[in-house]
Amino acid sequence: MPASLIDGNSLLAVDVGAANTRAVLFDVVEGEYRFIASGTAPSTAEAPVKDVSEGVRDAITNLQAIVGKPMLDANGGLITPSQANGSGVDAMVVTLSAGPTIRTVVVGLLKDVSLESARRLTESTYARIVETIGMNDQRRPDQQIDSVLRARPDLVVITGGTDGGASRSIQKLLEPIGLASFLLPKEKRPAVLFAGNEKISAEVKTLVGSLAASLHFSPNVRPSLETEDLEPAERELARMVVNIRKHQIKGVDVLDLWSGGHILPTAYATGRMVRFLSKVYGAKKGLLSVDIGASATVISAGFKNNSTLNVYPQFGLGENLSALLYYTTLEDILRWSPLDIPTSVLRDYLYQKSLYPSSIAATKEDLAMSQAVARQALYLAMQSARRDFPRGIASIKPTLTPLFEPILAGGATLSSASHPGQGLLLLLDSLQPVGVTTVILDQNNLLPLLGAAASQNNLLPVQVIESGAFLSVGTVVSPVVSAAYGTPILRAKLTYESGVEARVELKYGSLELLPLATGESGKLAIQCLRGADVGFGPGRGSTITVSGGALGVVFDGRGRPLDLPTDAVRRHELIKKWNWTLGGE
Amino acid sequence: MQAPVNHIVGLTSIIRERLLPIEGTVLARLNQKVSPNDVIAEANWAREHVLLDVARTLQISPDAADRIIKCKVDDHLAASTEVAAGRGLFPRSVTAPRDGKVVVVGGGQVLMEVGETKIELRAGIPGTIIEIIPNRGAVIQTAGSLVQGIWGNGRIDSGSLVNIAEKPDGVLTVNRLDVSLRGSILLACMVQDAETLKAAAELPVRGLILSSLSPSLIQLAREVRVPIMVTDGFGSLPMNSAAFKLLSTNAKRDVTLNAEVYDRYSGARPEVIIQLPISSNPPMPNATETFAPGLQVRMRRPPALGMIGSIVSLPSGLTMLPSGLRAPSAEVKLENGEIIIAPLVNLEVVG
Repeated sequence: MPASLIDGNSLLAVDVGAANTRAVLFDVVEGEYRFIASGTAPSTAEAPVKDVSEGVRDAITNLQAIVGKPMLDANGGLITPSQANGSGVDAMVVTLSAGPTIRTVVVGLLKDVSLESARRLTESTYARIVETIGMNDQRRPDQQIDSVLRARPDLVVITGGTDGGASRSIQKLLEPIGLASFLLPKEKRPAVLFAGNEKISAEVKTLVGSLAASLHFSPNVRPSLETEDLEPAERELARMVVNIRKHQIKGVDVLDLWSGGHILPTAYATGRMVRFLSKVYGAKKGLLSVDIGASATVISAGFKNNSTLNVYPQFGLGENLSALLYYTTLEDILRWSPLDIPTSVLRDYLYQKSLYPSSIAATKEDLAMSQAVARQALYLAMQSARRDFPRGIASIKPTLTPLFEPILAGGATLSSASHPGQGLLLLLDSLQPVGVTTVILDQNNLLPLLGAAASQNNLLPVQVIESGAFLSVGTVVSPVVSAAYGTPILRAKLTYESGVEARVELKYGSLELLPLATGESGKLAIQCLRGADVGFGPGRGSTITVSGGALGVVFDGRGRPLDLPTDAVRRHELIKKWNWTLGGE
Repeated sequence: MQAPVNHIVGLTSIIRERLLPIEGTVLARLNQKVSPNDVIAEANWAREHVLLDVARTLQISPDAADRIIKCKVDDHLAASTEVAAGRGLFPRSVTAPRDGKVVVVGGGQVLMEVGETKIELRAGIPGTIIEIIPNRGAVIQTAGSLVQGIWGNGRIDSGSLVNIAEKPDGVLTVNRLDVSLRGSILLACMVQDAETLKAAAELPVRGLILSSLSPSLIQLAREVRVPIMVTDGFGSLPMNSAAFKLLSTNAKRDVTLNAEVYDRYSGARPEVIIQLPISSNPPMPNATETFAPGLQVRMRRPPALGMIGSIVSLPSGLTMLPSGLRAPSAEVKLENGEIIIAPLVNLEVVG
């Protein structure tokens, strides 16, 4: 065993997902932190095991077999800190996304102000709004009480009132919440987060304090009408979610103990990492992270002075899948399929897959459906998340996806894809990036774990990211232009480090590829035709340095927004062709 | 790797917890023999609340209102009972708008529970009460055949089992339903139209055991008052051979159909229980198994969705699937003799 594994401060990071649990070991190799290996096992939050710590032990056992380093003792307890014989780890962090969607009641004053902030705050975690109570609510207080009782909330988020502003109105809204909590059995009372006018904290304690499962305060999400600051409330909410999970799921308390309280909701840990990266590497463009998981699809975007985190359990690919049809149609999902699949077959697939979230596609037809569903789920999540992006961010057209650099993508659908091109095409179809961007695949789903590790060790995330633990798929050039199918819209010349040149002419409606290996860079001279815009202005080209990846430099000339042919036969042919261009069958 | 288990067992001990959704009174006694329709616990539950704002109505302060409110917590008030009366030449009063119970008094307000209904918890299965759970319900033990399903509409009933499907891919249609089936639980396999579901509910039958259900009928299936259990999936799937064989050989026996809503976290599943006479308690089925050659499994995803087979071998490492994905897999010999490769996550053990 290398000495560094014994001498360094090793960190075990565990992610407990809805379908899978992963245990990842980070350690110091040649003076720097590195991703060593990961072990995976099915998650065990659900029956019959009903104890997440069992799945964690299985994942650690699999990791032990890979690295040859015992981390569990004979009783299944974590060995910590590292022992002289090489066993054990020095620290542990946990991220958690398993568990039922958290039923949430939001309370606020105005629909477009505090209630909107409450909605955004709730969307930063694995929650679903089941009831809304606002100042313009026409219902009587007793009707509101009955609505809250019927909603059976796990969580109540209360916002409203600028600091020093309205207090009586918000107090009035608290009465039905307090009374409804009182009427619930003690073990079913919701946790309450107050993120409104700080001046009325004492009254909130009096009205709700003794009646809620727990009462938490965070700084006002709307300190003034013009200002919204969700970050402190998101941090408090993340802590509350872990506490809610401790009551809902057996074994979370064990993980809390093992990690010394370093346990975070997966999405929050991802958001934290995106905020950190956008500050460290921040440029004119934003940084985008997407994660398509069984429990939710998570979109996190970091801009220079702002960041957004949106968690969409309704677009998760697991148990909520049968409800996807509330948000889309079978036809809209099937537009992404390269195969001719009847809508009835897809509908059956959605319901069957929601019964068995951890099952995977074994046949080509099943894979076509699962990929089409993932595309549509990510597309819908991105459309929803865009509403919350700050104003004035860099973009080519305000109606299109803003400019991002890079795009980080994770989740089992992408990391288990049979080749990188399959994952890249899924991202291009659903995110529809514009301009020039690098696409990075988080094939080991490390991003949230690094976000959680940052609280233990702020050096580790930076060193692991720069060590090449992520797979660079390549640089993508996506011009924005209106043209007829087959019309040349862009010419490019790639000059390799060796001096060799490669050229490409991109026609509207097509995808092209110039190979550029991982670790290499090249000079890409772009000439835009017919007013095409890749971020330098309409018709303006430039020469830029691009880095390589698994696929090299990909040119996406299919138009923005992507407009697929309505003729099914033609569409299927095109999708197969695009897939083939990016290395698929 | 641990394998999930779907119980389809000819003879087993069955222990089930039956609980009220809220606290109430347990009527059953320890060691009592119960039939499925016996009420073992009951509770009163108020559907609505009424908030009487005495202070605002009488235009007085909350403290003043509290002093003149005549009722206290837990009082039962009949409709029109005076709750508080003001003073003056033309005193106004606040009265209870409906019959109900006072649950909160304070701050110049009175909160009442109204529209109280009684919830009765039935035993659901025939057996013996082996544990009383104070204020909530009881644990019942029985022995017999057990067939679990994957979807239920939340209802429960018992009756004589009638095999109307004849074969695992039989389709139940309206013209097969007649008054002779009234009060029966039907082994019906597939239902493909709303008219048939409605006709079965109107007859009424006491339950439907289906192999598959079209997603378009799910909402209707939730609404009908007849318990419905699905054994295999959604769409048009025949019943797996293990379930069909066990159920069809038990035709004409009294069965309990507990079409409980599947809850992946609690482990609640819809199931058919057929009580059988025993001399000693048979063993309980295992909740989980470990994948191993020889185990009987059911396919949860294509190919061969719903089919039963047995594990031939477990190749080490990851196996490339026809989809191009790589996963830990098993070689499975299906009932028709075909051998296929299936990822372990797509299998569940039958037993």
